[in-house]
Amino acid sequence: MPYLIKLILQRLAMGAGLLLAVSALIFAGTEILPGDVAQSILGQSATPEALANLRRDLGVNEPALARYLGWLGGILTGDLGTALTNGTDIAAAIGKRLYNTLFLASVAAAVSVPLAILLGLIAVRYKNRWPDKLISSTTLTFISLPEFFIGYILIYFVAVKLGWFPSVATVYESMSFTERLSAVALPAATLTLVVLAHMMRMTRAAILNVMQSAYIETAELKGLSAFRVIFKHAFPNAIAPIVNVVMLNMAYLIVGVVVVEVIFVYPGMGQYLVDHVAKRDVPVVQACGLIFAAFFIGLNMLADIVAILSNPRIRYPR
Amino acid sequence: MSMSLEQLGKLVVAGKLDRRTFMKRAAAMGAGVALSNGLLSQAALAQEPVSGGLLKLGSAGGESTNSLDPATASSSVPFINGHQWGDVLLDIADNGGIENRLAEEYGSSADAKTWTFKIRKGVEFHNGKTLTPADVLATLERHSGEDTKSGALGVMRGIETMKVDGDTVVIGLKDANADLPFLMTDYHLMIQPNGGKDDPAAGIGTGPYKMVVNEPGVRHGYEKNQNDWKSDRGFADQVEILVINDDTARVAALQSGQVHMIERVPPKIVELVKRIPNVDIKSAPGRGHYVFIMHTNTAPFDNNDLRLALKYAIDRQEMVDKILFGYGSIGNDMPVNQAYPYFSDDIEQRSYDPDKAAFHFKKSGHEGPVVLRTADGSFPGAVDASQLFQQSCAKAGITLDVKREPNDGYWSEVWNKQPFCTSYWGGRPTQDQMYSTAYLSSADWNDTRFFNDDFDKMLLTARGELDDAKRKQIYRDMGTIVHNEGGLICPMFNDWVEGVSTNVGGWAVNSNQTMMNGQALSRCWLKS
Repeated sequence: MPYLIKLILQRLAMGAGLLLAVSALIFAGTEILPGDVAQSILGQSATPEALANLRRDLGVNEPALARYLGWLGGILTGDLGTALTNGTDIAAAIGKRLYNTLFLASVAAAVSVPLAILLGLIAVRYKNRWPDKLISSTTLTFISLPEFFIGYILIYFVAVKLGWFPSVATVYESMSFTERLSAVALPAATLTLVVLAHMMRMTRAAILNVMQSAYIETAELKGLSAFRVIFKHAFPNAIAPIVNVVMLNMAYLIVGVVVVEVIFVYPGMGQYLVDHVAKRDVPVVQACGLIFAAFFIGLNMLADIVAILSNPRIRYPR
Repeated sequence: MSMSLEQLGKLVVAGKLDRRTFMKRAAAMGAGVALSNGLLSQAALAQEPVSGGLLKLGSAGGESTNSLDPATASSSVPFINGHQWGDVLLDIADNGGIENRLAEEYGSSADAKTWTFKIRKGVEFHNGKTLTPADVLATLERHSGEDTKSGALGVMRGIETMKVDGDTVVIGLKDANADLPFLMTDYHLMIQPNGGKDDPAAGIGTGPYKMVVNEPGVRHGYEKNQNDWKSDRGFADQVEILVINDDTARVAALQSGQVHMIERVPPKIVELVKRIPNVDIKSAPGRGHYVFIMHTNTAPFDNNDLRLALKYAIDRQEMVDKILFGYGSIGNDMPVNQAYPYFSDDIEQRSYDPDKAAFHFKKSGHEGPVVLRTADGSFPGAVDASQLFQQSCAKAGITLDVKREPNDGYWSEVWNKQPFCTSYWGGRPTQDQMYSTAYLSSADWNDTRFFNDDFDKMLLTARGELDDAKRKQIYRDMGTIVHNEGGLICPMFNDWVEGVSTNVGGWAVNSNQTMMNGQALSRCWLKS
């Protein structure tokens, strides 16, 4: 066991190092963007004096390294600073947005993960027969369509024609849980359709891979039902690759849903980040980038750890 | 049949159809006098304001980076926000004239150098403080100070002295300016308690609605200001501005009834939106124009023959038809149109003429391609418009290289830097302001690098000229100079195109700015 803890600690340290590297990359990225925050805030109608005054107030005249180190110091003491553009507290603004993003991602994940695994199991059970082909072709169709297209189709039929759910998924703090669920129904459905195929195909492939093993043959020869063989004997041994792809999709649901947020007017992290990138609001971009990176690295780490726990063979070096 | 009769009735009430014609048409449709009269009174009833409800507007042009500080407002949502919580001294009326707001009266000295604004009494800010002339003075100071970030700085620069004198605020100008009242309508100049010096982004003013929710880039919610000084506005109990930047999502929100009005319907889909039941398209001809700008001091555009060649090589009507889908009017290579007071409509309209274009191109001595930079963010459809321009140039033997630039950073890297690019202007309330902003030699945004001493002198003369006829003549001459020698190719003026639910009453056409000059939420009501 101490070896296992050491392994996990190693992974955590690596994650922290990665985060630091990512923060430097994001900063460099924002530095080489054309234009600056003052020009972006004031737009086409900016006078040179107003620009100069704003730049001075925002402190963007300081050297890049000083700004980077100052910001990094703030993060370590838990201070994300204030947005250059409108002076709001970044931590407070991100808190709300992050909650919304996680809510949408959780709803989408709560539907898509069990559904994908169930469909994967069914596809294996009826391999190369019509249920398998139907599941594969439908999910592959949806993954092949761009997100905005799926979104618009849902808006047109479900929101405009049928009027079941709102097309504008703005959520308010005063909303009850069920109202929130109804508001995010369409964006969550879009996301589910987008990530389903990936997870389903991976589940199917991983289980089929295990199905080649000798012990599966034994189980079959024992006379167990096909579903029992798949679920009890094959599935546990296919968990590692499945968890990997599930985590990858979870990360995507958190960091990659800008298009869906725009179409459904959902106040999540993606739109918030895009707005601030457009305005060159470096502290906010950095904070968002870092949070996204933390989720990505964290979820991948979790996948690794689950893989290690689920498979005793990779716990120890050969 | 009854539908069209009803619509006719509405036209009568709106003053667009006379009663006699209505009765004749009604009779032709087989309706009796009693029925026709009934319809008329029904239509009149529908025009009575209805109180209550929650009126929602879906608007583009909002970001999570927006602030409530009116000094930094530059896109639609902050602009509309300002008109909910705040008031300016004077505003532009629907007929294009001046309407008194927080200034009860205004007047000037004979030389148009000293202006007085009598401040309305008994007006209360949302925080309970009473409006005083000192607040007005502080506001003007904040926008004109040395270290201001205000978008109104250009407007404020001509002011030399400001002081409070009893109930009035007195403004002294460096040079005479007959248009100062128009300058005071600038949307940045919302009057705030102590001029907003304490907390510029508090959203506290004297407007019809009090802010209750402020989530930049998401929504802005307001409730009625019960102590509003103006009685003919603020009919809905609550209003809400939802930020919907995606065109399709905005139209879908209107179509599914989640909002009652949307800003900026893309001209491309207007015909489709018109087919949606219970939705009207409202359009207002504006002063905004889409332009191709050349730096007159940079080769090869420093050659007037080359500029003329390009001016003759653009097909203005095609632009209006294919880029604006008819929701606009053709331009004449000057930044003003009929929407301006003192506009002369007898300046010859330049039109597409490949032969003249080829003649001037040859005369300019320029050879090889001309590079035009563009991005879709410079105006909607700018890339398509550039390609149309390329084709019409080709017929005149001119090679136009269209270079597409990223939207991101366009205003800082391309516009006002590169010698030939696409851009837009939202227009200004007066010719003086439009020309002073971008065509005076010393203008901050002289984006055509236009330097003409005669023109500058005429501008200053017209500004102090109180005789209307003389003033109109000077503006005509100035327009002609820009038309013939300027670096501006202005093929079209765009309309404001907005979608409004038929359940909304009180809509009026105001050409000044989007959404009835920002007042759609406060002047409209929900019929049921």
